[in-house]
Amino acid sequence: MQVTGTLRGRNLYISLSGEMDECSAQDARLKCDKLIDNNANANKIIINLAEVAFMDSTGIGFLIGRYKKASRLSVPLYVEKPNFAADKILNLSGIYSLIPKAE
Amino acid sequence: MTENYLKLQFYSLPRNQAFARDAVAAFCLELEPSLSAISDIKTAVSEAVTNCTVHAYKGATGLITVECKIEENSLHIKISDEGKGIDDVEQAVQPFFTSAPSDERSGMGFTIMQTFMDEFKVDSEKGKGTVVYMTKSFKTEVENA
Repeated sequence: MQVTGTLRGRNLYISLSGEMDECSAQDARLKCDKLIDNNANANKIIINLAEVAFMDSTGIGFLIGRYKKASRLSVPLYVEKPNFAADKILNLSGIYSLIPKAE
Repeated sequence: MTENYLKLQFYSLPRNQAFARDAVAAFCLELEPSLSAISDIKTAVSEAVTNCTVHAYKGATGLITVECKIEENSLHIKISDEGKGIDDVEQAVQPFFTSAPSDERSGMGFTIMQTFMDEFKVDSEKGKGTVVYMTKSFKTEVENA
């Protein structure tokens, strides 16, 4: 899974690309956390899911983990552009109440 | 629709999760599933196979068997392992229940299987293994009638 960070102003955009499952999540966690640590003074963090072709419940655990990390740094976390299938899982989990969808 | 059958057996290696869900998705194409049905099936298979890797064998290598049967307009999937079994199935299928909360597990695997598939059942025996049965039904729709 590819993880790309882009700073726009003081907002950190993290784009994920590929398939998110138990196999790929560990590496994505490390890469994502490094980006968050390196930008601990960001205004907010937006995780872009547009290029995530597949995601199972691992994605829920992954997002909650990043939410906890961002919360410790007092940086709000958002997700954006989940595809239809990812949106279905995220909705089912109720995660949007913790990590809102960015408009 | 004629009957069709597939049996796959593979090691419980994390990298086989993608292979298993893609193989089942390819097998069910003859039922002409919608994209959303394919996505539901792939997700449910991924959850079941991941459970075998993470829980049944706890990272050790064991065999996972995936059997698929097409009957009429339904896809029946059976995913079995010979791992440690589930202590309490009723508890395990509850939303957000996880036996490994420290590993960022959501506890939503069985809930997703239940929600995304039309039929779902788990049989488990301590020390013997676990079998998950799932069915997805495809309605025969007359288009442009």
